[in-house]
Amino acid sequence: MATNILLVGVGGQGIILMSKVLAAGLAQMGYDIKMSEIHGMSQRGGTVTTQIRYGDKVYAPGIGEQEADCIVSFEKVEALRALPFLKKGGTMITDKHEIYSMPVLTGKAEYPGNALELMAEAVENLHIIPAMDKALELGNVRVQNICLLGALVKVLKLDAVDWKGLLADYVPEKALDLNKQAFAAGYAMI
Amino acid sequence: MVKEIMSGNEAIARGAWEAGCSFAAAYPGTPSTEILENLAEIREISARWANNEKTALEMAIGAAIGGLRSLAAMKHVGLNVAADPLCAVGYTGVNAGLVVVTADDPGCHSSQNEQDNRFYALLAKVALVEPSDSQECKDYIKEAFAISERFDIPVLFRVTTRICHSKGLVELEQPGETVVKPYQQNRSKYCMLPANARVRHVVREESLAELEEYANTSSLNRIEWGSRKLGIVTSGISYQYAKEVFGNSASILKLGLTNPLPRTLIKEFCGAVDEIYVIEEGEPFIENAVKALGFSCTGKDKIPITGELNASIVGAALAGKNPQAGYSVEVQAPPRPPVLCAGCPHRGFFWSLKKNKKRIVAMGDIGCYSLGVGEPFAGFETNLCMGAGISGTIGFAKALEKQGDPRKVLGMVGDSTFFHSGITSLIDVIHADANVIACILDNSITAMTGHQVNAGSDRDVQGNEVPAIDVVALIRGLGVPEDRLRVVDPLDLKAMQQALDAAVAVKGPFVIITKRPCVLIKEVARANAGRYCQVDPDKCVGCRACTLIACPAMAFKDNKSIIADPASCTACGLCMQMCKFDAISKVGE
Ligand SMILES: Cc1ncc(C[n+]2csc(CCOP(=O)(O)OP(=O)(O)O)c2C)c(N)n1
Repeated sequence: MATNILLVGVGGQGIILMSKVLAAGLAQMGYDIKMSEIHGMSQRGGTVTTQIRYGDKVYAPGIGEQEADCIVSFEKVEALRALPFLKKGGTMITDKHEIYSMPVLTGKAEYPGNALELMAEAVENLHIIPAMDKALELGNVRVQNICLLGALVKVLKLDAVDWKGLLADYVPEKALDLNKQAFAAGYAMI
Repeated sequence: MVKEIMSGNEAIARGAWEAGCSFAAAYPGTPSTEILENLAEIREISARWANNEKTALEMAIGAAIGGLRSLAAMKHVGLNVAADPLCAVGYTGVNAGLVVVTADDPGCHSSQNEQDNRFYALLAKVALVEPSDSQECKDYIKEAFAISERFDIPVLFRVTTRICHSKGLVELEQPGETVVKPYQQNRSKYCMLPANARVRHVVREESLAELEEYANTSSLNRIEWGSRKLGIVTSGISYQYAKEVFGNSASILKLGLTNPLPRTLIKEFCGAVDEIYVIEEGEPFIENAVKALGFSCTGKDKIPITGELNASIVGAALAGKNPQAGYSVEVQAPPRPPVLCAGCPHRGFFWSLKKNKKRIVAMGDIGCYSLGVGEPFAGFETNLCMGAGISGTIGFAKALEKQGDPRKVLGMVGDSTFFHSGITSLIDVIHADANVIACILDNSITAMTGHQVNAGSDRDVQGNEVPAIDVVALIRGLGVPEDRLRVVDPLDLKAMQQALDAAVAVKGPFVIITKRPCVLIKEVARANAGRYCQVDPDKCVGCRACTLIACPAMAFKDNKSIIADPASCTACGLCMQMCKFDAISKVGE
């Protein structure tokens, strides 16, 4: 049986990098991996999703509704949008960070401020974490993704990998320390 | 053996390298774009972005006839543009191997249709190969080159979005020596005059028969025996869905070489199982063949022709696997459609167009400016295919004129689209003396597909210095007089209005070129870093005029406009021009 992870967020948030590091770590653990990234128009502020499946042998690259063992959301309403993909008993990790889409900015749609409260009532395994706040505190919004990676690693118990060591292959040297701190902070948030 | 995580597109490029391919040409288009981007990084390969898919394929054909293993890549609709050379090279055959990658897009993730390009293999009489994951992308490309040379036939290599953009582990092998097959003149083979073409058609039918024999035993077509109660015939990504749903319980005929279809093998398989399912995405390409061989089977009666498949759809359709209820909450996530970026030059163009709606009716085309179709701009009435934004105006203007509609018709294309096919459209406009406004929205890059260089760039994809084509000089060269030609900064609303006024005032063709580089171009982004606009809350009266341009860096809170995201703001100044109260200023200039 494969384990299914769904990463969701908004274009430009660093989801692709996070999925690359995650996949490299899973490969180190000897798993077969399939990963699916739908780009398309994502760069223009649309929703971005990456699906990662790992196990002894993985066939289909994608994850259907109610098939995700774990969802990591970089943004509040994206968690809401992805909720139908969560398996019963699965885990949702979401940042409480908010990014308003154009229909919200122009007043054509409303941003549901209470999304997390509603989700908390429905989902048993929900972790709301302040990854973006932590990134801001560390002085670089771009480490939000690695903070979330730390949280995910904790939830999935993927401790057999030297994740901080792996980061060196994926982030510029001058940002390495910051990324390690972000990872540790995320890990501690669960 | 070294294993690497690769997307299908990366694996295709790697496979071509391992196969000793040394020439590649493509025109960008999701989901195919990264194939050429990866090939361009290989020193042994001469890689080019072509102006369109037809010229890309023609370049590759030239290289293959000349003696180099070559590859052309395009998205599915691109093959429509390249269909003419494809059908010709189907008859001539090749010298060194020729592989044409078509990246289809079931589900329309980023396309105008879901056409199933496997039918092009039948039409053009070329071989068809379908991989089902990244490993096969690499392995099958090598096999495709071998088939191409052995049977003197171009190979259509058909992938889909889910294969191109999915990643999996790939076992790497050594890059191959560049293959060079000495060129030998052979006019009766390569000159498709009717007398030669008739002969070549006969030759092709013969070689297709030989290739079918090969397909019956090729390792690309294999049977995985399981229970003989159920036999599944499948190809491409659908194989993965079949395995996901049925595991090793059913028998599977997995087809990788699908034109010509291995009819003997299919008969052997179908005759040995009690019930047959054909699982394929898109059209009933294999199913029709199975039925033609006299077997009844389940296929498109249960599995949709429309949209993209996945394991759940296949499971629900064929295995009665219906998902139980999952999680839900009462509120819905607000939509998050893609939008024009903060600072995008197209925004100024579309705002100007909107202000002139009573006088001008517009036809659109494909590029980032397609995003101008949505609210608040509702910028154009049609967009079909690349180039149509200009040529379509000729007929549309005639039709509106006949109905007494006084509005002037305007057409628009981006710079890449102009080089792709807009240029021939513009020549039509000028030569027809059509009463239309032709706009070229020149942002110095092919933006929508992720920033590829084009004929207007001074560097090619491999970093070589090349002569940039000057769009304005080109259009002058077509004989457009100075008073019918305007070059404007689209973010200068006054200049835009003057250009549109001048265009509406005359009868006949008028050309407007909007010139300002895309803000995502690295150098432009670097220059804009630290620059942003700010709203003086004391001067802002909350009239919302500045929000009409739908800039994602702006928000309206507590009855005032604010620059909510200064990091994405480029200080383009469009909001300043909208403000009548002088409340917005630039910072960091
Ligand atoms: C025949 C065909 N080939 C390729 C594409 C993919 N495609 C969509 S938009 C686009 C580029 C548009 O670039 P440009 O015209 O410069 O506009 P920009 O996005 O820069 O505004 C391409 C190549 C397509 N839709 N149709």
